[in-house]
Amino acid sequence: MLTLEVIPYQEIEHLSSVGRIRKLLNSAKEDKIVLLQGRLKKEEEAELIRATMEEINDEFKGIELAVIDPGNENVAGLQKFTKVIYDKILGDRTGLTVIGPASIIKQVKKDPKKIQLLMQEGNNKKRVKKKR
Amino acid sequence: MINIIKRFINKVLKNIFKKKSHVKLGLYGPPNAGKTTMANRICKDWLGEEMGTVSNVAHETREITIKEQINIKNNGKEITFSLVDTPGIATKIDYEEFMKAGMKEDTAKKRAKEATKGVIDAIKWLDDMDAVIVVLDATADPYTQVNITIIGNLAAREIPVMIVANKIDLKKANIKKIEAAFPQYPVVGVSAKYGKHIDDFYEALFSLVG
Repeated sequence: MLTLEVIPYQEIEHLSSVGRIRKLLNSAKEDKIVLLQGRLKKEEEAELIRATMEEINDEFKGIELAVIDPGNENVAGLQKFTKVIYDKILGDRTGLTVIGPASIIKQVKKDPKKIQLLMQEGNNKKRVKKKR
Repeated sequence: MINIIKRFINKVLKNIFKKKSHVKLGLYGPPNAGKTTMANRICKDWLGEEMGTVSNVAHETREITIKEQINIKNNGKEITFSLVDTPGIATKIDYEEFMKAGMKEDTAKKRAKEATKGVIDAIKWLDDMDAVIVVLDATADPYTQVNITIIGNLAAREIPVMIVANKIDLKKANIKKIEAAFPQYPVVGVSAKYGKHIDDFYEALFSLVG
């Protein structure tokens, strides 16, 4: 059975970087797909990859990860200024992080507007779409 | 907080020793993008010898390899650098994929273990780079989280970045897609294997670190 875990930002708000990474990685190791409100910092993304590599063995093959960052869009002028203020107030609350075990998610297809999760054949080749 | 202080001290020290004779130039990217082929091309052009072995099976490079004192000249200008070839960064490594490529189980498992260590080392080395060439496969989707994480981390560390869109000799190559994905960085399309547009790359390299 496929488990989708939705984590609101408040759940990770007071956690340290290590705590956030452990929480996400532990869920992936329990074969859950996590939808996290908000996003990790760039350094935390790299740390998550590093921590994942340490955990890989015959059973756990790693993760698939996608982060939608509203900051990726090319904004300019007043729009950019508004976004800077918005980010200062909301911090990492904006955006969306999707993480799941590589044994379940075959591939994450991402473009600036949507994320597509392609599931492994054994999981009936399901396709979950998330549009921003 | 500690990271911010560490980065500040590194930056100050870097500025003090800015006039050092050569820079540490890293080759980063996902597996099978052609980092080692690119390293070999540079080393062959300027040292007359190759740097490492290449393969169609992912994670051929599983250790950091360094070539010291590469001196390149262009239009009267000259730079000396150490070239650091890094293992491909990935979020998953499955030994069964290596078995599909014809390896025995023991060999595949050993390769997977070495590959995970290689990724960890590549991430550790990010802090030591003075400039980085991110090598991407121009035939592949550039919007992967690995690409975004690598480039985002370099930006966060204020390390100068240039993107090489490799494999432009292949029909499916699409440089424009890479340029659209990372509009804030210079993108040079090359075929490291055949040396196509490699002069454009050297010119861009001078702009990056010269």
